Amino acid sequence: MSMAYSPKELLICLGARLVEDHTMAFIGTGIPMLAASLAQKIYAPNLVPVFEFGGVGAVLEKLPLAVGDMRTFNKALQASSICDIMETAQRGFIEYGFIGGAQIDMYGNLNTTVIGDHAKPKVRMPGSGGANDIGSSIWRTIAIMPHDTRRFVEKIDFLTTPGFLSGPGAREAAGLPAGTGPYRVVTSLATLGYDEATCRMKLLALNPGVTVEQVRQNTGFELLIADTLEENHPPTDEELRVLREDVDPDKLYR
Amino acid sequence: MSEKVVRIVDEGLLPLIKPPDPEDLRAANRQRDKGLVDKRMSEDEAIARFVADGMYIGFELYGSVRCPMSLVRALIRSGKTHFDLAGQGVHEADLLLAAGIIERIDCTYIGQEVYGVSAPLRRAVESGQVKQVVEWSNGAITWRFKAAAMGLPFIPTYSMLGSDTLKYSSAVAIEDPFTKRPICLLPALTLDVGFIHVNRADKFGNCQVDGISGFALEMARASKKLIVSTEEIVDSEVIRAKPHLTVIPWYNVDAVVHAPFGSWPGEMSGMYERDEEHYRMFIDASQKAESTDAYMKEWVRDLPDHQALLEKIGRERLDAIVIGKGA
Repeated sequence: MSMAYSPKELLICLGARLVEDHTMAFIGTGIPMLAASLAQKIYAPNLVPVFEFGGVGAVLEKLPLAVGDMRTFNKALQASSICDIMETAQRGFIEYGFIGGAQIDMYGNLNTTVIGDHAKPKVRMPGSGGANDIGSSIWRTIAIMPHDTRRFVEKIDFLTTPGFLSGPGAREAAGLPAGTGPYRVVTSLATLGYDEATCRMKLLALNPGVTVEQVRQNTGFELLIADTLEENHPPTDEELRVLREDVDPDKLYR
Repeated sequence: MSEKVVRIVDEGLLPLIKPPDPEDLRAANRQRDKGLVDKRMSEDEAIARFVADGMYIGFELYGSVRCPMSLVRALIRSGKTHFDLAGQGVHEADLLLAAGIIERIDCTYIGQEVYGVSAPLRRAVESGQVKQVVEWSNGAITWRFKAAAMGLPFIPTYSMLGSDTLKYSSAVAIEDPFTKRPICLLPALTLDVGFIHVNRADKFGNCQVDGISGFALEMARASKKLIVSTEEIVDSEVIRAKPHLTVIPWYNVDAVVHAPFGSWPGEMSGMYERDEEHYRMFIDASQKAESTDAYMKEWVRDLPDHQALLEKIGRERLDAIVIGKGA
């Protein structure tokens, strides 16, 4: 019998499992930081976390609270600057980017700017931050977010960060670098990817105990379903122990 | 006469808050004192001398990290107002917004990272108190400083292409005459006054930063006037012993303010951690306008200067965040 876990812990573990060893990954604020830290401790000891204000290759002993704090360059290989990091991304060095979002559509476009009208918003959110830069220049962008119909919507209120924009060919037409774009969406219900031909979001794997119908009901647009669905296994005892004892012992994110 | 034109393929809808003017920056820089003169002064004096109502201002790094918070508080106490802000902000932006002295924002990120959205930003923007918010990415706003630092009117990037971030900005996408592909052009951004906090500086304004340099290099060089606050004032011999560590040279600096714990409640690389307890207290207070006002009164307006703030925080509490002591 494995240990009980929270939805957030599952998200972090699923994110961590996607991290590939010996790669550079651009880490956004929040859950991506926990996923990167967990990955470094279990699955990808040679992961090079890259933080936008200049931290490169940190050993994530203590969890960063801010993308520019000193934990982002703890025992790091380099402490540089935001221009250096964004330019490194722009010239193709960074394989993965981990970000969150308040809304996502079927093409993986993300909103972190406003709910409602831009001039008179119902909710003013933080804005792009580094997300637009990540979504524009990183080879493979991974979004991590809770899964419900408020977040997975037919039409996002504001396109902060480009996914596949309006579909096949749209990124290239807009001038974004070839071969870049959304790669995975890790959610509280499932892991999703994108259909190669249509660029539309596609269900790849279900979280423990979740049904296809449940994912559909919590998605505000028509979802493609992979022919063979994988099943995400629940957090292992080791993942939970490392997460609780080493990654976030102060329970800052729980 | 050639008929060839550069084609605009996409365009931000919002007017530029601060149009690029490299000639103006060149002229201002020509007039700046290049001599090695003592520029030490207090927060209040620096603000009285260099800041006027309605100016375009910016801060580096950001709210919880190496941020010139003693200057932010002094600026609010000065009563000066109607500022335009380059907004890559956390705690400092919250205080400025809560004080009601920001008119327009070139915004990339204003929020509280692990603690979520900024309640002061929500109130200020949703109520219309802030007249205009123009969108940019983090890379974009820094490259805008870089363009100004280069002495040029714009810089190209892939960022923002195809997005509403571009549509609600003042950027322009053109067909690049070399590759024939669309490229986004970012207008240079010059600050009337920039505010930067550093680990150490000499009295002339030669500055060193430990750890990441964020966007200090670019923003310093994009500022017509630059006010630096520093944890330590060191002898110039310290600077000359390791000149490769000078990230901002004296000729770019107009005022040097000695501010130990100047980034509090934020952190300072290698020196002190952020004061998490106070930080959370502010986050809680900032959720409602009334409690925000009470916080502003107690921690900003009712204190005469930075020294009074440090006394209010108390030695014990400050020691607790110093690396090697309590932290």
